[in-house]
Amino acid sequence: MLSELLQFLFSGLTVGAMYALAAVGFSLIYSASGVINFAQGEFIMLGGMSAALLVQAGVPLPLAIALAVLVAAAAGLIVEKLAIEPAGNSEVVTLVIITIGASLTLRGLAEVFLGKGNHALPAFSGEDPLVIFGATLMPQSLWVMGVTLVVVLALGLFFGRTTLGKGVLATSCNKLAAQLVGINTRFILLLAFGLSAALGAVGGILVAPMTYTSYDVGIMMGLKGFVAAALGGLGSGFGAIVGGLLLGIVEAMTAGYISSAYKDAMPFVLILLILFFLPQGLFGKKATDRV
Amino acid sequence: MEKRTFIKFTLAAAACAAIGTATAADPIRIGAVLSVTGPAAYLGDPELKTLQMYVETLNKSGGVLGRPLELVHYDDGSEAGKANGFAKRLIENDKVDFIIGGTTSGATMAIAPLVERAQVPFISLAGAVVIVEPAKKWVFKTPHTDRMAAERVFDDMKKAGLTKVALLSENSGFGQSGRKEAQAVAAKYGITLVADETYGPKDTDMTAQLTKIKGVPGVQAVFVFGLGQGPAVVTKNFAQLGIKLPLYQSHGVASDEYIRLAGAAAEGVRLPSPALPVAAKLPATDPQKKVVSDYAKLFAERWKAEPSTFGGYAYDGLMLATDAMRRAGSTDKGKVRDALEATTNFVATSGAFNMSASDHMGLSLSAFRMLEIRNGDWTLLN
Repeated sequence: MLSELLQFLFSGLTVGAMYALAAVGFSLIYSASGVINFAQGEFIMLGGMSAALLVQAGVPLPLAIALAVLVAAAAGLIVEKLAIEPAGNSEVVTLVIITIGASLTLRGLAEVFLGKGNHALPAFSGEDPLVIFGATLMPQSLWVMGVTLVVVLALGLFFGRTTLGKGVLATSCNKLAAQLVGINTRFILLLAFGLSAALGAVGGILVAPMTYTSYDVGIMMGLKGFVAAALGGLGSGFGAIVGGLLLGIVEAMTAGYISSAYKDAMPFVLILLILFFLPQGLFGKKATDRV
Repeated sequence: MEKRTFIKFTLAAAACAAIGTATAADPIRIGAVLSVTGPAAYLGDPELKTLQMYVETLNKSGGVLGRPLELVHYDDGSEAGKANGFAKRLIENDKVDFIIGGTTSGATMAIAPLVERAQVPFISLAGAVVIVEPAKKWVFKTPHTDRMAAERVFDDMKKAGLTKVALLSENSGFGQSGRKEAQAVAAKYGITLVADETYGPKDTDMTAQLTKIKGVPGVQAVFVFGLGQGPAVVTKNFAQLGIKLPLYQSHGVASDEYIRLAGAAAEGVRLPSPALPVAAKLPATDPQKKVVSDYAKLFAERWKAEPSTFGGYAYDGLMLATDAMRRAGSTDKGKVRDALEATTNFVATSGAFNMSASDHMGLSLSAFRMLEIRNGDWTLLN
């Protein structure tokens, strides 16, 4: 019984860590611009696909990973430069819709140029599962969880301790005021897109050995990442982690103890309940208007 | 492109009208609605490539009935609703002689009422039993049904003495149709389904479902019904959990991609499959040996890609259609339909087709080969 519970928990943590990593990307761009970037899932896809195709072409794994992150970051910068920046001071809603367009474009390009097949990436530390109290865990799961933790801590330091990070927060609080105190808000937005695309790519690469990757993998990862981010509170790194893990564990427990048929419905019931009682999500900041 | 061919057609039609009789060069128009993009693209893409390739090949060797073939195709983007609109266009504007397509069962069922009304012979490339049961006058299909896949698997389990089986199916159209058929035919083979779990097509971890299955008392084998990456994730999770039961998959994973994705975890997995993936391993006496080897070779050369069993379905469709036209001696829709229904022992990639008024698919259970994965490659079981 204990081993079953533990197995469901491991399953939930593994999947949850993937969702958390996707959610962090949403949170980052939301922090900088108030925009929910629906192209985040495509950055995840680009990372995984590029790495898998590079490895297939014979590039050593570490180099392939580095290149794939660069490819995705470049895509993030290009999306910002060509689609978001020209829209300038448009409403947030307009920008959100632009990201949906960017997501369709990226997915379409990947479908045409990277192919429609599924691809696998070799696991970083072998395929032998670790056995803990009768439950098993893949070493790759530890990679996903570990890197998610490192990423969130690093982002915490970035936002809390560096001038640049504080500039990002300032831009999201009040763009005009940030400009007036000499922050280059245009650069901040560019940075946020590049950074979150790179983060998305890291996530896509980490999960590719376990879940495989294809041109349309971004739809699901993007959706679940968004749900996790909203659950935890948009704009909060800690919230993204809690939201992701909560989502993963609820899914796994539902599949294990109730029925796998309800697995996908439970998270949405959860999000309805949480947003009903806590509209800002679990750890979201309450919006305040100062006069 | 569509427009240009249309103009060409109009010109040709005008020319014919001027002469007052159809010329020998008047093309036979084959219409196709396929899911070349969208979630079913990995089915529709090789199907389109196959049709394009064989229309070229047939035209090079003089066409059919002395007339060249012309392929008019539309991409439904994996949406059944669009398939209906495109089929209407094929019938009313393009005035095609024959329709091949409906990559998915949904698209096929959206096209079926139109061809029935317009009386155009139609060969579907989708799996569900409902397409040909009950037989509709103008609707035929080439792939094996999901019921046959389930029967083939249960037959193999019965021989191995496995009677308590856990079913894990994808909650997509393919998986759920398979689940229904598996439940319907299990009793016929003395099989009890002791678990009924599902997963989503894009799910990333199925250990929860498998842990549950592992805990079911008396379970002797696991049968997975799904397409694409899901079954590969299941296979990996299966190995991760150290489950020692025999693992069966459906024909949905009968492609080299599955072995590549699942890697060492796929060792010992059994599944029913058309002959195509094992073309090179068939004995020389096998009646399908030549047709599947030739198809695989031509596809690989022309497109620099692995041939897939899905493309094979399109090959079968086109060859059955042209064979029926040759036997009918014309493209008269009624005569072609009658000839198609009278197809006997026509060997193609899915097996030997024997159509009849009540059987518009014409394949028997033996058309499915039972395969096992050994040393990272397919092995033919007897």
